[in-house]
This record gives sequence, C-alpha cells and structure tokens, in this order.
Amino acid sequence: MKTNIYVKNRVAIVGAGMTLFRRRMLETPQELAWIAAKRALDQAGLELRDIDCVVSGSAPDAFDGIHLKGEYYSEGAGAIRKPHIRVFVGGGTGVFVPIAAWWHVASGLCRRVLVVAEEKMSSAADPHPQAVFRHIWDPFMEKPLNPNLIWIFALEMHRYMHKCGVTKEDIALVAVKNKRNALDNPYAQAAANITVEDVLNSEPLVYPVNRLDISPVSDGAAALVMVSEEWARRLTDTPVWVEGIGYTLDTSYWTNRELSYPVYLKNAAEMAYKMAGIERPMREIDVAEPYDPFDYKELHHLEGLGLAPRCKAAEMTREGVTQRDGDLPVCPSGGLLGVGNPIAAAGLMKVAEIFWQLRGEAGKRQVKKSVTTGLAQAWGDLMQIGTVVILRR
Amino acid sequence: MASYVRGGTPLRDEEFRAIIKEIDRPRARYNMAAGIAYSRFLEGLKRGEILGTYCPSCRLVHIPPKIYCPYCFRYLSKWVRASDEGRVVTAVISYLSATLEKLEKPEIIGVIRLDVPGYRFTSYRFPGILHRICGASEEDVKTQRIFDARVKARWLPPDKRVGSITDIECFEVIWG
Repeated sequence: MKTNIYVKNRVAIVGAGMTLFRRRMLETPQELAWIAAKRALDQAGLELRDIDCVVSGSAPDAFDGIHLKGEYYSEGAGAIRKPHIRVFVGGGTGVFVPIAAWWHVASGLCRRVLVVAEEKMSSAADPHPQAVFRHIWDPFMEKPLNPNLIWIFALEMHRYMHKCGVTKEDIALVAVKNKRNALDNPYAQAAANITVEDVLNSEPLVYPVNRLDISPVSDGAAALVMVSEEWARRLTDTPVWVEGIGYTLDTSYWTNRELSYPVYLKNAAEMAYKMAGIERPMREIDVAEPYDPFDYKELHHLEGLGLAPRCKAAEMTREGVTQRDGDLPVCPSGGLLGVGNPIAAAGLMKVAEIFWQLRGEAGKRQVKKSVTTGLAQAWGDLMQIGTVVILRR
Repeated sequence: MASYVRGGTPLRDEEFRAIIKEIDRPRARYNMAAGIAYSRFLEGLKRGEILGTYCPSCRLVHIPPKIYCPYCFRYLSKWVRASDEGRVVTAVISYLSATLEKLEKPEIIGVIRLDVPGYRFTSYRFPGILHRICGASEEDVKTQRIFDARVKARWLPPDKRVGSITDIECFEVIWG
C-alpha cells in the first residue's frame, strides 16, 4: 500500500540527456553541464525559459580545482536568474540530485525542474585524481596512517567475500557483464569484451582489488527534466513517474560495524519501497541500476536493496539472472564499470538509463523483458549513505 | 547541426598536453584542534592506553571516543579503557601509497575489533579501528587465515610517543 499521503504533486521525468563519459575532455565543467542540460530539454520539448527551478550536483570541488564549483558551472546548468541549489552526498550525489528535485516538484514549489550533474575528475592531474580523496578521512584516526581510498573498499570487499563465501571469480563476473553491456552504450568510456581471467590478471592495487575491478577516472555530465503531473500530461504520452525516493545516512565511523551487509542501503530502500507501495521488491522491480564503482558493490548493493537474498547475489550473477536478457537485468547501461564514473554524473546516468529503459528508448541496450518498474541507486559519503529512486511508467 | 550534438570532445594524453590550459597548485595548511574527546584519547595513547566512552543507553563503547552518543544523542561521561588486543575483522594488502604510487614493500591493513574487558557487543556494532597489521604474510591475507586472528598493539617506546594513532606502530598477530 502506498503511504505517500503528504505529497502534493506526483512527479514525472520527461526528458534525459548526457555527454560522452571520458577522461580528459576538452570542454569545461560549464560546457559539459550545458551539453547534457540542453539534450534533456530537447527530449522534453522545453526551452530554458520554461524551467522554474534548477537542482544540480557535483562531487568534491577539489577534483576541478575550483572551490565554489557549483557557482562556476551553474550558468551551464541553466541556473541563471532561477532558484538553484547544489546538493552533495559524495558518491551518492548522482541519485540524490533527482531526489532533491523531487522535493521541489512534489511540494508544489516548482512545476518544471532542470536536474543537472557534472564532474570533471581529470583536472586533478598530479598526482592521480585519487589523491583528492586523501582529505576525506578522519584527521586523527585515519589520515595519519596515509590511507588511499581503495583501502576501504578492499577491506569491505574482503569482509564480504569472507562472510558470504564469495570468490574473486564471482565478483569479476560483474565487471565482465557490465563492460560488455557498455559496448552497446554510445556514451561509454570503458566498454570491453573481457574475461574473468583478464580481471584476475590485471594489475593488483590493494588485494583483493585489481585494476579491472574498478571504474575509471572520468569527465562528463548528465541531466533530467522533472515536472509535475499536469505538465507531464501536457508534454508527453509516456511520462515516467518517480514513485519512490529513499535516502538514509549511517555513521562515518565505518570501522565500527559489520561491513558485509549495507544497512545504510537497506534503510534507504525500505523508505523508497514504502513510498512506492512495493512489498516484494524481488518480484516487483523489473530492471535495476545499483551503484557499481567497484564490481563487488553491485552484489553488495543488490543484497542491501533486497533484490537478492543475503549472500546470494553472486549465485544470481553466475546463473545469468542479472544479464540484460535475464529475469532481473542489472546495469543494462554498462554501469560505472563500463560507462565510466564521473561521480555525480554517473549516478544521474543510472536514473536516465532506467528512464530510457522504461520508455523503450534504450536502443541496443533495451532489456529483453517488458519493464514497468525500475530502480536506480547510488552510495556515498564515507561508506555512509544510500540513495534510491524508483521509477514506473 | 549544433556542436553540442557531439556530446563532448575526448582528448588523448598527447593532445591534452598540447592544448591551452591553466595549471594551478593550491596549497593549504591546516591546524586542526583535536576537540574534547579526541584530546583525551590522544593523551591516553601517550601512556599506552586506548580509551573510549560508554553509552549506557545503547551499551556501545565508542572508540574513538565521543562526548555524545550519535545514536542516542546523549552526553557521555563514562570513560573506559579498552584492551590493546582484539581480533581482525577484515584485512587487505596495499600495493599502493596514498597518492597511488607503487609501494616498494606492500603493507597489510586491517580493521581490528578491540576487546573491552567487561563489555560485550553485537556483531553489527562494536569498537573497531583501522590500522596496519604486522606479523602476517600476504599468504595469510589471501587464504583468509588472518580473519579473526588475535592481534596486540605494538607500541612505540614511551619517549617516542607524541599523542597520535601512529604511537601504535601496528597490530601484531599472535598466532596460536
């Protein structure tokens, strides 16, 4: 049963757009934002003057080297002379941007919202862009140990492997699937036909993580147009409704909890399912884009979302359930592993992909089964937040 | 056709070196106060003690200590001393430095669940810390033999301690 009784307006997505995802783009953050925004407006059949409010998102300023980055790219995002807000929850930002846009429309404050996410990681050139992450840690407990970001994911991945009896081969299957799915995605940066052996033999970074277990450094932008029901009916015969949103935070003291199961996500998913009236997610979700910056994260997140029984996501993957022609297609876009990971833009790309899948507009990536309900999810801050959006046509 | 249709202009490494660009090197130095709870914790490390605060409401011992319980949102006044021993919850082998340069000698890193005599915790919430692990081989990590292994803090000599988490050199595995 649906419980969103306090919501004033239903909210729909009526257009989506994105740029290529690549490392080292010539375009500035403003230009990337503009390309994606313009494409989303084009699909919606709107001009900027039709837009009431703009909601945008981007990850740490330190990547671009421009503090006040949101203000810098805002004119490319169409925000001039309009109410604009930039939201940020680390890697979870991309799916949090449409959640914040949903508040704007659902509350009745705005009727037509332009939603933009932009990231230009490759500007942080020397040393590696990953070095930006040196400054996200607790300054007393963790920073003095000189950690790199891969440590925490490797620690979580290894705990998950240990607790669930999952092997590196099982996990590599996710990278193989997503990079292959990305071959059909015209925006993709890291599409490839690879084997499990290629993943296992790629450069070891932090055991158990190898190079091909990780998504690449990327630049790019993605955008949506989200509108009220009245405007959705006017603009299109095929709106995609935002039926549920969920986001909850866990502590940033990630060493103080069981890492093999993402409770931060379970809570967020429950919030979204309740709003969407979904009682049996495994049966009711037709297609999913869980957040996959690392291959094990797809498995971990499928379990947190309740789309796989605990410790069973690897088995589902082995059996082909999560393939594009399977019972539950997962990351048909190619995910972050295949399409690329311009942080905020990558999360929003997942929402755009579900939008296109539900409208039957995903081209060669279109999943085989008929789909009416889809889910996109991201994860971020310091191993802390789950952000979930449920869409239905 | 409008130029935005291309959707972005990817450059190769050589092309990128040749384009017009600005190079900026922001430099910033921060002096961060350790705060009320951490100051006491860091003083404790100088004496070879690992201190936490106890929440009587949810019965958690918070390490690092806090003056409030983030779950129950109440003031915490009871300080407890944890053992400098515990068990390995998870461990990895890092081949890369903080800036992703290749390390000459790989390091083993882990999360250690600390024992606090007289207190028990669930498997989901417990006092755990990130640290280096010594006395174990890469093989011990890869075979997962290191999971649940007992470890004990190896402290710097008292005159070398400065009140930092690095006053503990590493947690050493006690095989047995």
